[in-house]
Amino acid sequence: MQPVNIEEVQTLIDRFAGKDVYIHLETTNGSYATHVDEAFFNAGCFIRNAKVRYELGKIIGDAPSRVGLKLELGWIYAQGITHFELDSNKRLLMAGHDHQGKLAVALQISETPFE
Amino acid sequence: MIVKEKHVLVVFPHPDDEAFGVSGTIATHLQMGTGVTYACLTLGEMGRNLGNPPFATRESLPLIRKKELQGAANAMGLTDLRMMGLRDKTVEFEDDEKMTAMIKKLIDEVNPSLVITFYPDYCVHPDHEATARAVVRAVGRMPEALRPKLHCVAFSNNTQAELGEPDVVHDVSAVRDLKLNTMRAHISQTAWMLEDLEKRLAEQDPEAVKWVTQERFYNYRWDQGYV
Repeated sequence: MQPVNIEEVQTLIDRFAGKDVYIHLETTNGSYATHVDEAFFNAGCFIRNAKVRYELGKIIGDAPSRVGLKLELGWIYAQGITHFELDSNKRLLMAGHDHQGKLAVALQISETPFE
Repeated sequence: MIVKEKHVLVVFPHPDDEAFGVSGTIATHLQMGTGVTYACLTLGEMGRNLGNPPFATRESLPLIRKKELQGAANAMGLTDLRMMGLRDKTVEFEDDEKMTAMIKKLIDEVNPSLVITFYPDYCVHPDHEATARAVVRAVGRMPEALRPKLHCVAFSNNTQAELGEPDVVHDVSAVRDLKLNTMRAHISQTAWMLEDLEKRLAEQDPEAVKWVTQERFYNYRWDQGYV
């Protein structure tokens, strides 16, 4: 992956607009957060292979950046994106890694289902 | 002193779960000529250590961890490695009876005299808990006379207060290097931890030496537990 470049990522987001795409969206603090710090309130979620179509998608802000995808009936939103990659399967992988190199957020877009 | 077994079945959900607290025991059993089967339920697909700058993506991580798991098996001298094809973070949401049946099928096939897994309610990660429950159910439903021994790893913060001291402690000093190599095999997940550990070992820090060379288990307490 490489550090977010707004123009490059925007071009890639545009490429998937108006198509049926599969989404992986995730936020996480890791399963050990409360074990390490009992005062920590651990929350997270992921959705894998949600099939959607967005008419408009944008990446905004210096990294950590925000990405929003406008759907016919709703939205997909991710905050904290630091890195991106168009992988060998032509999937747009975006992720936010914290200062320790741990993934905190991921938003991935693909024309074929994720395994 | 590690008792000679007929066969050992180890069940954990994530590549590297075996490395920290059990790999010395596994390597010792193998050196004693005892067969060991390691069933690893997932590929740790949802691991968070991806680096910054990242060395992997959410999608490439499982391939990396699969190779690391094979490398860890090699380091321990283990040949019977089973990857069970579940997905990280989702183990507790699988059908409980399906999970129990999956473990029972393994037990029926390899006929272990000892099973090693986590201790339910004392193993922190929901995948650990779900794995432990399935193993305890599968073993617990066997007639008492036919049950293999069940050694469980517990490390939640309330372990000592509630379970007391572990009743099975293995000194694995003799295979310390194999154990460190097993941890090193999972380098994508252990790099940060190993850097600190190896420094402390070099300084002969007694806590670090003890952490590596003592493997601690609890015999599962059937009178208090799950069915």
